Order: sequence, then structure tokens, then C-alpha cells
Amino acid sequence: MNAFRSLSRAMLLGFVRDRGALIFTILIPVIFLVLLGSIYKSTGTPQVSVVEVGQVSLLDGAGHSQLGKILQITRSRNLGAALNDVRQGTEDAAVQQQGNALIVHYSIASQVTAGVVQTLFASIVQQADQQAGGRPAAFRLATRQVEDQSLKPIQYLAPGLLGWAIASGATFGAGITLVTWRQNKLLRRLRLAPASAGAVVGARIGISLAIAMVQLAVFLGIATTPYFGLKLTASWWMAIPLVACGTLAFMSIGLLVGSFAKTQQAASSIVNLIILPMAFLGGAFIPLNFAPTWLQDVSYAMPLRYLVLGMQNVLARGDGPASALPGIAILLGAAAVLTLISVRVFRWDQI
Amino acid sequence: MPATITARDIRKSYGDLRAVDGVTFEVEPGEFFGILGPNGAGKTTTLEIIEGLREADAGEATVLGMPPWPRNPALLPRIGVQLQASSFFERLTAREQLRTFASLYGVPARRADEMLEVVGLTDKAGTRTEKLSGGQAQRLSIACALVHGPDVLFLDEPTGALEPQARRNLWDVLRAISAEGRTVVLTTHHMDEAEILCERVAIMDHGKILQIGPPAALVRALDFPTRITVESGLVTAADLRAGVPAAEVTDDGVSLAIVTREPAPALGWLADHGALAGLQVLGGTLENVFLQLTGREYRA
Repeated sequence: MNAFRSLSRAMLLGFVRDRGALIFTILIPVIFLVLLGSIYKSTGTPQVSVVEVGQVSLLDGAGHSQLGKILQITRSRNLGAALNDVRQGTEDAAVQQQGNALIVHYSIASQVTAGVVQTLFASIVQQADQQAGGRPAAFRLATRQVEDQSLKPIQYLAPGLLGWAIASGATFGAGITLVTWRQNKLLRRLRLAPASAGAVVGARIGISLAIAMVQLAVFLGIATTPYFGLKLTASWWMAIPLVACGTLAFMSIGLLVGSFAKTQQAASSIVNLIILPMAFLGGAFIPLNFAPTWLQDVSYAMPLRYLVLGMQNVLARGDGPASALPGIAILLGAAAVLTLISVRVFRWDQI
Repeated sequence: MPATITARDIRKSYGDLRAVDGVTFEVEPGEFFGILGPNGAGKTTTLEIIEGLREADAGEATVLGMPPWPRNPALLPRIGVQLQASSFFERLTAREQLRTFASLYGVPARRADEMLEVVGLTDKAGTRTEKLSGGQAQRLSIACALVHGPDVLFLDEPTGALEPQARRNLWDVLRAISAEGRTVVLTTHHMDEAEILCERVAIMDHGKILQIGPPAALVRALDFPTRITVESGLVTAADLRAGVPAAEVTDDGVSLAIVTREPAPALGWLADHGALAGLQVLGGTLENVFLQLTGREYRA
């Protein structure tokens, strides 16, 4: 067996036999995905239940469009009973049509529902206006707005949590290995063996890439089950190079931490101090669309942002393969810069 | 035959501390050589410079005729280095550990398995290194250093924290390795270890070599008085003083002790008077040599 293969094997065995690492890099992120995915599943695309009082011609058209998926329409002739249902919260809105006027009754008991109802009917009216004006091209614009504004939770949870899992796995893998090997002098022992540094570093990168690909496969496997319902879009395969480049970028962060930290405990504390805040600031836990402006600004400095947004684009939004390229370039750039710094501060031993 | 290792006026400082301050010695082919001294004497730094792990500030070292610094790929397969008992890959078994090291040198797995037997760890082949005892881990660590059949073996404090039985076990392993004709260099702070194992020792303190030679010769050169003890009550101290004037005699009621630089007349006198019960004869040790050289007690 040559040096590269046997080193890879040694590192792989070291990883799979470390229950802590397995739990940390694979199980916990998956549990997060399952829990959060289940919790937010029902709050996904808002379903609006509407009582149609009398004949409302605008709704007839809307029933066949994209909007129809959001609307749950029941018919009634009794306005009083319908308004009562809205007041009680069993229905979200009651609708009447009087000539050209569309009258929407809603309750302000739930401000979110009230907002959704108002937006929804505003766009229905707008649609109707546009159709009447003979400009069908504009119709698509209106529907797209409703779709794009709200990614389903699984569509941002899966890329976000996956990005976090890959970031922490790669950072810990590189950082802890470096510190442990320096502490127990294995690093120097390897230096006195005729195997090249390339074989040692290459094996470590290979194993981290393999772990990241397993994370990707597990996440996509779970998220695309009918229960969570993630639909992979055409260029989902671009997630593979994205994950690979993200792994390199975060390994270089781990390398830098490992160059400074003296003990395993110190290294893992520092890695946590970097990765956890970055998960929030880089949009891994909460979608950046919903985040305040300052956080969105800060996120540009977080390598994780590019990994997460890149994966959202190709996995869920249906953007083309090229949409991942800027993220890949930034991640590779970060990896190159951080590795160069690490090489400058690298130490073989603790003195 | 040229020396296997030469060190000429090696110096290394860390800030103001002169860790190695002009060290010169040679090790002959097949020799078992020890560097002895208290912690902080500069033994490990000296060894690391010769192994090629550190660059000396000044001076010159060669191993098998080649300079070890900068990293010398031609030299590496011919030297074996044991740095610390825990310099292992995490969570591998003893056999996997050895095979991994073997593959770094292009040595087949079969040879790695043979090494397990050499160090007596065949029954621990499937045990993870974290679960090995201190002595077992140390033996595995030496097996990892030997797996590629090096000409020169470097051992840094091999019996450091071992209990007495494990130390003796390891000594047997080291003697067997030396008997195969390999050159062995070890550092130790145990005087007895150096005395028992090494053909020659260099005694170091404060970065300098105080004396070099075979342990027995160093002790003999000291002209240290011999201490003879027998049971009390066989003969009186006064008779003995009269019979052997050059001896210093004390009797504490348990043992009769004679301290002399000429043990022969005292032993002859005791034998003539049938007073040899409980006889013990103690000569000088390397500890006495250290005391003489530094003027202070040896503290490891």
C-alpha cells in the first residue's frame, strides 16, 4: 500500500471510530434538519381559507392560476355567518363582489394572516386588471412575486444546515488533527518518514472531502423525502463542486486555528467561536431575506454565506449552474489566502 | 570504519537559554550510546539536531556520513526515531498502527506483523493504542521506529514513566535490538538505565557534555571508596580497626560497615575471621560521578 492510501485509510478509520465526531458532523445537523423541517413545515406556503359570499367572478379565474394553490375556497350565501367565521379565526377572509368592487373582510387578530390576505387580493385584482388590459405577459410577473418571496422552509433549511454541517466538519477536521498531531509529536514523526508532505496533506483533504460528500448525500436524501418535499432543481449537481470548495475554505480556517492553538480544547473552543456566530451571520440558521439590513451587510464577510446562498440557488431556486460560480471563486479565494497565512505561522512543535 | 554519528561543537539557543552549548561526540557503528543528564540538560535538543528535526545555530552533525539538516530523504529510511510513546494515529489498533508506519517506508504489511512479535505484542494486535499500558505503548512505539529496518535507532527517554517491571521488559527488547548490530542512541535521566544498557555514555548538564566514556570506566576513574557491610556482632569494630588500619569502620548494631579505597585487605581479614555473613560490597555509581562533576546531588 502506498503512503497516500494508507494515510487516508488511517485517517478514515480514526474518523469513523470517533463516535463524538460522527455525532457532531453527521447526526446533530441531521437532527436539526428533521426537527426544524418538521416544525416549520406547516408554516410554509401560506394557505388562506376564504369564504366566497355569493358570486365572485375574480376568484373563478384565480382558481386555475398559481394563486389557486394558496386559496382554499368555500362558498356561502350567508354574509353574517361568514363574517362570524372570520371573527372566530376558522376562516381567514370573506369575499364579496359588488359590481366592479371586490370587498375583502379580514380579521386583525392575526396580523400575519391579515397581511397575507391583503397582499393576496391586491395581486388578484392586479392580475385581473392586467388581463383586462390585454397584457398577458405581465401576468407572469405577478405570480412569480408570490412564489419567490417565500422559499419553503425546507428550501432554505436544507442548504443552510448543510452549509453549517460542512463548515464545522471541515474546520474541526483540519484544526483538531493538526493540534493533536503536534501535541503527540506525530507531526514530527511523519516529517522523519520518507513520505512526502503532499501525501499527508492530500490524504487529510481527501478524507474531509469524502466526509463532506457523505454529509451532502445524507442531507439531500432526507430533505427530498416526500415528508419534507424538497424538489431538486435542474442544476443541483453544482452543489458538489460548491461543497468541495466550501470544504477547502473551511479546512483552511481550521488550519489557521490549528497553527495557533496549543491544545485540543483550545482549538475546539476557537472553532466553535468562529463557526457558530458565522452560522447565524452567514444565513445558515435563518434565511438572509428575513434578516435585518446590518446582518445582511455583515454576511458578505462570512465565507459560509457564499456556500449557503450558492447551494440555495442551485438546489432550490432553480438558478442555472453558472449561478454557483461566483460563490465557488470566493470560497477558493478564501481558502488560498487563509492557507498562505497558515503556512507562514505554521509550527512543527510546541516550542 | 568511519563513525556512524559525529557531532562537532553543536550549539542551539532559545532566547537567552543556551540549550546546547558546544557538544562534541562520536558514535561508532553498532554502539549502544547513551546521553545522560537531568531534565533540561539539553539531551533532547541534542538528539533532535542529530535526527534532523532542528537546525543547530552552529556546529556540524553527520549521520551515516550525511548531514541530517535540511530534511534529507536519502537519510530518512536508514534512521528510526521514537519520539514519544503516544505518537500514534488516533483510534488505530496496534497492528494498523504498525502497518501504516510500514507503508510510509514502502515496507510490506507482513514485515509489520513480524515486528509485533519482536516486541511481544502479538496478542495485543487488535487492541487500540489508547488501551495499551504504558509499557506496551512504548514497545509499540519502538516497533514503529524499527519497522523499516533502520541502521540507526534514536530513542528519547524510552522508559520515562514506566513502572520497574515494564522498564526491565523494555531493556530486554533494547538489548536484543542492539545485539542485531544496530547503532542505538538513547537519552535518559535514569543513571541505572545508562549503566546497565549503554556501552558508552555522555553525561550532560546545562547544555554541555561533562564526560564521555564506558559507565564502568567513568565510575572507576572516580576512585570512589568501596563500602563493605556484614552483620553486626560477628567481630568487634575495634578488632577490625586494629586489623585493617586503612578502613573507616562503623557499627550501628545492625550492620558493621567498612568504607575503604582498598577493599582487598578488609575482605581478606573478614574471611579469615569467618565474618562474611550478610556480606554486601558497594562500589561507586554514575550518580557519584555526576556529584563529583557538578558538585551537586543528581536529581532526575
